[in-house]
Amino acid sequence: MVPNKILVEDATFAVESGQTLAMVGPSGSGKSSLLRLLNRLDEPTSGTVYVDGVDYRQMAPRELRRRVGMVMQRPYLFPGTVESNLQFGPRQRGAALPYERVEELLTAVGLGGYATRDVANLSGGEAQRVSFARTLANEPEVVLLDEPTSALDEDAKQGVEALIREVVAKRGLTCVLVTHDMAQAARLAARAVVMAGGRIIKSGLVKEVLRA
Amino acid sequence: MLKAVFHDPLYLGLAQAGAAALAALVVVLLARRRHIHLEKEVVISMVRGLAQIVAVGSILLLLLREPSWTSVFLLAAMIVAAGATSARRAKGIPQAFQVSTVAIACGAGSVIAVMTWLGVIDTPVTALVPVGSMLIANAMNTNGLALNRFRSEVLAHVGEVETALALGAEGRGSVAPYVQASFESSLIPAIDSLRSLGIVWIPGLMAGMLLSGARPVYAAVYQFVVLAMIFAASGLTALVSTLLVRGRILSPAEQLLLRPGNGR
Repeated sequence: MVPNKILVEDATFAVESGQTLAMVGPSGSGKSSLLRLLNRLDEPTSGTVYVDGVDYRQMAPRELRRRVGMVMQRPYLFPGTVESNLQFGPRQRGAALPYERVEELLTAVGLGGYATRDVANLSGGEAQRVSFARTLANEPEVVLLDEPTSALDEDAKQGVEALIREVVAKRGLTCVLVTHDMAQAARLAARAVVMAGGRIIKSGLVKEVLRA
Repeated sequence: MLKAVFHDPLYLGLAQAGAAALAALVVVLLARRRHIHLEKEVVISMVRGLAQIVAVGSILLLLLREPSWTSVFLLAAMIVAAGATSARRAKGIPQAFQVSTVAIACGAGSVIAVMTWLGVIDTPVTALVPVGSMLIANAMNTNGLALNRFRSEVLAHVGEVETALALGAEGRGSVAPYVQASFESSLIPAIDSLRSLGIVWIPGLMAGMLLSGARPVYAAVYQFVVLAMIFAASGLTALVSTLLVRGRILSPAEQLLLRPGNGR
């Protein structure tokens, strides 16, 4: 957020429940800035976001962020074990995940048995999977994925992509994916918006939008 | 050598100031060779510092016979000036001047008030203002260090802070590790001064007391008293400033306001 500079404007779009929407566009086109507005990490200077028909400014920001989870480009794991990272979100609400639930989440991201591992010893791909599981531990209805594979090598990238596809479908999550990789958008999303200069210049079914 | 050339105390003083400034300028030139440009800041600071201390010295001379309560105004003005100076170390932190001034007033101001009430600091203007100014100056340095470190820590960990926020953490909790780190590091100079007192340095106050005929043991103990007061004033200032500043970098909607590109 740079003061007095408009990063995103005239961006109206809807995401259906249970659907994956890809936001594509070149670097600096405003897609990550737009994503940050969706869970209110930044404040829109005008306009708003409706979650289930409710203006999100009427929700407590912390509850909004639990419901609209986010996986960042880099995993930013907190020092400690994999389990302590998964417990982070629930602990903010005074809750604790039972061990079985921790294992279930880790199994879902392909890391069964990793609970007691120190996050300092994980590979890039494993760290990003833990980051994804940590977001899922909050039981979100929507997940925002900000270039989730851009910091990974090709093997790890394919693994994380497969994981996103599977977890999102299985849990019926609504998903907004920011990516500069058109092919990845086509593999993961049903619909897409194309951004340029802070505006949405195209939107529709992913195959139609990306073909043009 | 200078004393042989200059006989008038004023000219001697100016020549001594020139020699000391020359030493500082050598450092500036050495830094410049390593592409670190301190010229403007150091020269301006030195000229300002000299003008300020001469002005304050003259004011003190005028105030020598004034009643003690005039010290309150002088010390209050010093606190405001200290707030403005250390706020410059907190680029990008909203309301840094307000935070700094309140913190220095709480830290240095409260220690000066209590110690004067207890009789640890004498009430004549000539005692209260110099000792008070030492506490304020050290509180200012500590506050500048605390804010500067806090700013760097948060800017270096924006990803971690926003990840915590995105997971539903409370804003204040998300920046808590950086509050702790900046508080601890800002107190290093004050702790080291206490630790090395008499071994590494014999501060000016004690030297002055000895020259003016005070008993050496009393002068030594009083020097410890001053350093302990400096530690108390600095510690309280850092505590208040780090607690206040964490609220300033978060919006009511728990958004991080201090991010790269937001620096003013």
